[in-house]
Amino acid sequence: MRKYKEIIMQNIFLLAALATIVALLLICFFLFANGLPAIMGIGFKGFLLNTDWSPNDIPPSYGIFPMIIGSISITLGAIIVGVPIGILSAVFMAFYCPKGLYRILKPGTELLAGIPSVVYGFFGLAVLVPLVRNTFGGNGNSILTASILLGIMILPTIIAVSESSIRAVPNQYYEGALALGATHERAIFKTILPAAKSGVLASVVLGIGRAIGETMAVIMVAGNQARIPGSILKGIRTLTANIVLEMGYAVDMHRAALIATGMVLFLFILLINIAFHLLKRRSF
Amino acid sequence: MVARRNAKVIKILVYTATVITFGVLLFLIGYILVKGIPHLSFSLFELEYTSENVSMFPAIINTLVMTVLSLVIAIPFGLFTAIYLVEYAKRDNRLVGIIRLTAETLAGIPSIVYGLFGLLFFVTYMGWGFSILAGSATLSIMILPLIMRTTEEALQSVPASLREASFGLGAGKLRTIFRIVVPSAMPGILAGIILAIGRIVGETAALIYTAGTVAKLPQGLFSSGRTLSVHMYTLSSEGFHTDEAYATAVVLLIIVLMINTISAIIAKRVTRT
Repeated sequence: MRKYKEIIMQNIFLLAALATIVALLLICFFLFANGLPAIMGIGFKGFLLNTDWSPNDIPPSYGIFPMIIGSISITLGAIIVGVPIGILSAVFMAFYCPKGLYRILKPGTELLAGIPSVVYGFFGLAVLVPLVRNTFGGNGNSILTASILLGIMILPTIIAVSESSIRAVPNQYYEGALALGATHERAIFKTILPAAKSGVLASVVLGIGRAIGETMAVIMVAGNQARIPGSILKGIRTLTANIVLEMGYAVDMHRAALIATGMVLFLFILLINIAFHLLKRRSF
Repeated sequence: MVARRNAKVIKILVYTATVITFGVLLFLIGYILVKGIPHLSFSLFELEYTSENVSMFPAIINTLVMTVLSLVIAIPFGLFTAIYLVEYAKRDNRLVGIIRLTAETLAGIPSIVYGLFGLLFFVTYMGWGFSILAGSATLSIMILPLIMRTTEEALQSVPASLREASFGLGAGKLRTIFRIVVPSAMPGILAGIILAIGRIVGETAALIYTAGTVAKLPQGLFSSGRTLSVHMYTLSSEGFHTDEAYATAVVLLIIVLMINTISAIIAKRVTRT
């Protein structure tokens, strides 16, 4: 009797474990089954490289190139803003921070990670948009604004992953550098950071994944115009924003094109995940 | 001399970056609190949502219902998967690697892609419509990797001697797992669940096209309902109720603060034992 129970439960555990795989397969299947027909219908090149997104025109045009440029440009912007600040903050947390302060700052970074993206978006709308408008001109809803906001939002990711990979470097590296006469700073930046390079890069890749997938905060500050912008003070629309903004009323081919947009985003994320894994495997 | 000066410049840069990071955090929290607290009024917590009084009370109830439902779906799967990986699977089992990779892939998928999947699968294919059930099902897949990973780590940290002692006293494997291993790993498991609650409360993109945006109290599992985050997004995108949006942001921030504090306290208990 007891033996049967053991065997039944073991199989239930196995089934639960398999459910994870089923979930991922279902996600892939439903995205591709609904998105691929649109890409086939519009044409692979026409969908990805056409710069004209006007689904309501007759005849309609479904080119997502502006959105691809949009996602890439604000992700790049977020990296430029967030990576230096994030890595330097991680260095502070690992090497400069007094113990008492660390007990406050560490939960602080976790809080930064826990704040919902709508709250970030709202903050961007209320503070950053007017700030950019008054300092640089334009109407404030711009690539620059979205980049700054996303740069802030990826900070906790970069700090957490960088810090743990910096801490994983054996202490002898630091001591060895000091023994050779290096200053504290030189030991950190010339010895520890190069040793932790893979982990730090992995944090950047993870940040890229966060930035490219972020939706609500970007919609609230990026302006959302579906065209290739002339400057970083112009508005832009990302792949994620395109889905949320138009899914509510899209039908037929338009709807399928939006799902295909999600598919392209999904493929981007898969590539980024693979890069992350390769980097993580190489770190300490 | 040059080395000294360079070191000083670098030190200043490190300090500046840290001040920026935590300055932004403090400023954001302070700004939302200062702007929002004056607009927190009792009328915002009335039972009915109307276009004059955009009460957030129904959204709070929806958030609660959705959180409980998502956890009810996700916890058994997460817990059982972790138990399988830690207690049953052999070390060289290929399935283990595949499941870990799957979970990490799931963890990296952006919430809007989950939202799209929920719309295609739960809302359309299963025919649940924009509903709390569809929203919860979508969210439960989203938090599954988080719960799985934290539970796995918690189970792994239980010393093998506890299991051996239990076996030695004649307990079976199942009894050992549920009476000895899981209870000892409880704080770690709980900390993960609380983090998952935080993700549910903050989620918007995955819910707009699965749970919908109806601002009423839920009538049942198949009725549409907006959570607090979705409520805040609609308020700010409509643009007529900025003050109320600030007030909603305050409530969200307070919830997040509470969640982080609780999970930190529990995590601290883990490290102590």
